[in-house]
Amino acid sequence: MRGRAFRGAAVFVGAGGEPRPDRRRPGTSEMTENTAGRLAGADLHRPGFYDRLKINRNWLGFWFMLPAALILMLFLAYPLGKGFWLSFTDAKIGREGAWIGIENYEWLGLPWWDDADNVFWLSVFNTLLYTVVASILKFVIGLYLALLLNENLPFKALIRSIVLIPFVVPTVLSAIAFWWIFDSQFSIISWSLRHLGLLDHNINFLGDPNNARMSLIFANVWRGVPFIAITLLAGLQTVSPSLYEAATLDGANRWQNFRYVTFPILTPIIAVVMTFSVLLTFTDFQLVWAMTRGGPVNSTHLMATLSYQRAILAGNLGEGAAIAISMVPFLLVAIMISWFGLQRRKWQQGGQDD
Amino acid sequence: MTEATAPRPHLTDASEGMTYLDTASRRAVTVYVPLFLIMVVLIFPFYWMVLTAIKPDEQLIDLDTYNPFFVVNPTLKHINKLLFESNYPVWLWNTMYVSVLATALSLVASVLAAYAIVRIRYRGAQWVGAAIFLAYLVPPSILFIPLATIVQAYGLFDSPMALVLVYPTILIPFSTWLLMGYFKTIPYELEECALIDGASRMQILTKIILPLAVPGLISAGIFSLTLCWNEFIYALTFLSSTENKTVPVAIVSEFVDGDIYRWGSLMAGALLGSLPLVILYSFFVEHYVSAMTGAVKE
Repeated sequence: MRGRAFRGAAVFVGAGGEPRPDRRRPGTSEMTENTAGRLAGADLHRPGFYDRLKINRNWLGFWFMLPAALILMLFLAYPLGKGFWLSFTDAKIGREGAWIGIENYEWLGLPWWDDADNVFWLSVFNTLLYTVVASILKFVIGLYLALLLNENLPFKALIRSIVLIPFVVPTVLSAIAFWWIFDSQFSIISWSLRHLGLLDHNINFLGDPNNARMSLIFANVWRGVPFIAITLLAGLQTVSPSLYEAATLDGANRWQNFRYVTFPILTPIIAVVMTFSVLLTFTDFQLVWAMTRGGPVNSTHLMATLSYQRAILAGNLGEGAAIAISMVPFLLVAIMISWFGLQRRKWQQGGQDD
Repeated sequence: MTEATAPRPHLTDASEGMTYLDTASRRAVTVYVPLFLIMVVLIFPFYWMVLTAIKPDEQLIDLDTYNPFFVVNPTLKHINKLLFESNYPVWLWNTMYVSVLATALSLVASVLAAYAIVRIRYRGAQWVGAAIFLAYLVPPSILFIPLATIVQAYGLFDSPMALVLVYPTILIPFSTWLLMGYFKTIPYELEECALIDGASRMQILTKIILPLAVPGLISAGIFSLTLCWNEFIYALTFLSSTENKTVPVAIVSEFVDGDIYRWGSLMAGALLGSLPLVILYSFFVEHYVSAMTGAVKE
């Protein structure tokens, strides 16, 4: 909103959608161009090449963008391209690869092929399961927690700070704590359940495939909930209480208040937050690597951990890159969802925004 | 609407919303109990980390004699061992200086980029803004393999400098996006005045914009620092020798042996690795929250 107001002001000084500066007077800044420039003319001050670099809008933009652009080109765009290229080669650690076409992908195969790479497809299954289950749980619990935090509470600021702690503690370090909590012999959960009389043996949390998956999902949800809760809380705080009062006067109950007032207003921010959450969960690496390293017997490998194992530990860079690149289609779907979520947001705010 | 018959002492106070409709017991069941339970679950692993770090070994593995939820005769043995008999201080130092350098580098680059996109409005600035948002969405998990070969080719393998150069690819998109939001809120008129008075763009940026955007800079800086500290996959891939590792990588790779007594020092390591961030966070909660929500809202 405020951005638009400034854009209005910006037009006055010749920014935004105005025609580009006249080429015959390249050195004039936008101030002189619109005020003094027209009066004094260009003959009084004809800037040299160096001045042009300093003052011309596009050159100036170029210099300002240079550091960020260099870093992003060298370490983001170039590796992304190289990742695609590597996935079509048989590169190994310490050896440049030769182009082998789609052979790496053929090795991965399709799930219904007899000679498909079962471990890879298991990792795809695990990744989807992990993403879907953890994202739904994170969303439900996160939204619930946000609604709770939006109530009038004593020590609200303190409670909010405490809620965020799981997000601040580095993931690997909290994963190590979970590793200990899920220890097969000394797990505090097993101990508590045994002493409550609910169980007569220790639970093998990380040694059994399904238990390990559930444990990882739990740890992921634990870490992801605060982020979702706090961002949704920020969205909730923008909802005017008078809307609820009006709805209540019209006879809406609590659920209807939530369903027809809170939720529609929150939808755009939910779309963005959940896209980020899905992206991060889908490409998760550190939690799994710290807790199970893909075990037991590959049953908790995600695509990211499998590609690390194949590319870095086993040295088959090409094969690992093919697995990593296989994540891209899924990510594109998530980004599309984000895009449409943002579109809707702009539409709700009543205009196009950049 | 039966609750409407409850006393309404705060009816005139608009900030109370409609809570006057609730009775105390209803609030206890619908708000306080669930909130308390969630908070306990969220805090427990951290409590467990602290508790394990100060527990003597025999209490750690003897759950029958001692109640595992508490500690008798706490000890600093694990922390001592970590600080004075291991490489832990080196790892902590590595983490810290990589994080600080990478954050500083990306803040400088992001300030310049965000200012150029929002206020210089060079040709195609909008598209660059969109491209930076897309860069935000490229996950490290698909970049670490090609980056490993590139880092090797640049001769930076097993050097913390590789991390200093690579981490900004995560931080710059985020910080630029956040700072763009802050810069947009600064009145354009201030810049006009400065331009009329003959200030250059660089002077405007350093003398007018930056002082006004300090909260944004702190938000971006704190959050970037946290992201660096937390980063794992690049550090795991690029660093191989013990003395170059960062805390998260070292904890996972150096401590993990079959020792049944390892838990005390593992948890002490996790605790010491988290504390700097938690302390920093406790001072800047508001900035932290605005960084988190700002990046989503803008």
